Amino acid sequence: MKNFLLTCLLACTLSSTLLTVAAWADDAASNAPAAASAGTASSAAAPGAATTDAAPAAPTEPTLVGADKISAGDTAWMLTSSGLVLFMTIPGLALFYAGMVRKKNLLATIMQSFAITCVVSLLWWAVGYSLAFTPGSTPYLGGYSRLFMQGMRFVFDAKSPQLTVSHLALTIPETVYAMFQMTFAIITPALICGAFAERMKFSAMLIFMSLWSIVVYAPVAHWVWEPSGWLATMGILDYAGGTVVHINAGIAALMAALVMGKRVGYGREFMAPHNLALTMIGASMLWVGWFGFNAGSAVAADGRAGMAMMVTQLATAAAAMSWMFVEWILKGKPSVLGIASGAVAGLVAITPASGFVGPSGSVVIGLAAGAVCYFSATSLKHALGYDDSLDAFGVHCVGGILGALLTGVFANKDISGLDASVATQAIGVLTTLIYSGLVSFILLKIIDATLGLRVSEEDERIGLDVTLHGEHVD
Amino acid sequence: MKYITAFIKPHKLDEVREALNDVGVSGISVSEIRGFGRQKGHKEIYRGAEYKVEFVAKLKVEVAVRTELAERVSEAIVNAARTGSIGDGKVFVWDLESAIRIRTGEKDAAAI
Repeated sequence: MKNFLLTCLLACTLSSTLLTVAAWADDAASNAPAAASAGTASSAAAPGAATTDAAPAAPTEPTLVGADKISAGDTAWMLTSSGLVLFMTIPGLALFYAGMVRKKNLLATIMQSFAITCVVSLLWWAVGYSLAFTPGSTPYLGGYSRLFMQGMRFVFDAKSPQLTVSHLALTIPETVYAMFQMTFAIITPALICGAFAERMKFSAMLIFMSLWSIVVYAPVAHWVWEPSGWLATMGILDYAGGTVVHINAGIAALMAALVMGKRVGYGREFMAPHNLALTMIGASMLWVGWFGFNAGSAVAADGRAGMAMMVTQLATAAAAMSWMFVEWILKGKPSVLGIASGAVAGLVAITPASGFVGPSGSVVIGLAAGAVCYFSATSLKHALGYDDSLDAFGVHCVGGILGALLTGVFANKDISGLDASVATQAIGVLTTLIYSGLVSFILLKIIDATLGLRVSEEDERIGLDVTLHGEHVD
Repeated sequence: MKYITAFIKPHKLDEVREALNDVGVSGISVSEIRGFGRQKGHKEIYRGAEYKVEFVAKLKVEVAVRTELAERVSEAIVNAARTGSIGDGKVFVWDLESAIRIRTGEKDAAAI
């Protein structure tokens, strides 16, 4: 197995080095063509301007512009949002999950989020951003123009500095947009970790997450968020990632729980969370970071961002109360884990709807999310018998579906200028469920057959901290 | 000499320590332990998963005393540790054969 890993590692390093060199060479050679293509873009816009005397047509791919076109306010908010969303994963999600496992698996659980942050950052630079956020030759996958972020430029010039902007975010540098989106690409696979906590090999996890990031996350993000993507052209509304992030990760999580099987002793032994204070701190960090996630998805410091922030707060509070009261009534006590889980369920459900719904709609979405996710994480899971250890499916997939569908119900045209329909939303939900579910299943089966997904039973009993990482916490 | 082992509720430690102080005990040992008697455990629920916590947290207090003090010491512990509800714990009194103070090598009564 060591040989296999080393070979993998070597192959990855070698190929990425080669590609990098190629990219640099290409970058140097393409300085002139890039300027030329910027010229083409503006000349393409010119006829429109000539005939209608209106603003030039918006570009359909990243373009080079003068720095005076950049909004300082928008850029400042998006720099901040990128930091906030990264903070959701490390340490937010890492702590949220780490508190829920047994103490012998605490470090292994934190390590998963941290390592995913590192590996997905590099993959986003190498391929992810280009595949997700540039127009491709088909509506199913982006192009290759930004591989290794080539062509993403800032050219200093005292009189007229130039930089590239994404066609999706004309008032901020492309670097900031790509960075903002990178933090989404990081948290999505990290969410999946909740399903296979306390039993997956670290090596298998790294390989699965790397592949998943490229073959599942990037295409789905392209379909929904790049204007030429096929779901985007159908009119599917997903403001901040109900389908792309939560349904996508949640269904992959269910597949992981099914393929890997239950933890040793599940249902018979004591598997209570070892420190819910960590979980509560993590949930609070997720809540705060989520303002970057949802209000940041306005890609501007504007009124819609403000509305997205307000509805995020209301839906989260409503869902936390809803989960807490349902549990209080049915089980007799309002639990810390319950109120924290409810808050996360509300954050998940409002994600696709923020930027489309108003305050009243958000409260209804939150109330529904708390109650529905309570049942999916408790009754549904136990009725069906899979061990989704930290409820990545029960909270993220179910909450994401609920939010995506209710976006169709509560969307207010005043806020977005767009029409919404539950039927169109359902197409987005189903497509993501099928694609992510199927591809995740296949990836997991392949890794299981070659490297193996699970640690040995003995290692699982001893705990992953010592057996995988050679460390422990007292 | 007698060796007294008491199992008490954790929040009763301060009262027991003061009571022992009052009857002239100069040193005790305390350890955190878990166990169950008639009190049984309690139920915890995490996202619908119910766990019966069979073992309850208790403190074990150990003290070595001269034989004539033993009765008063165990009474002091019982009075200080009692709440009247189930799970207050138990006191065991043992015969103690010998004792040695490590620093000086003093033996038996001089050592405790």
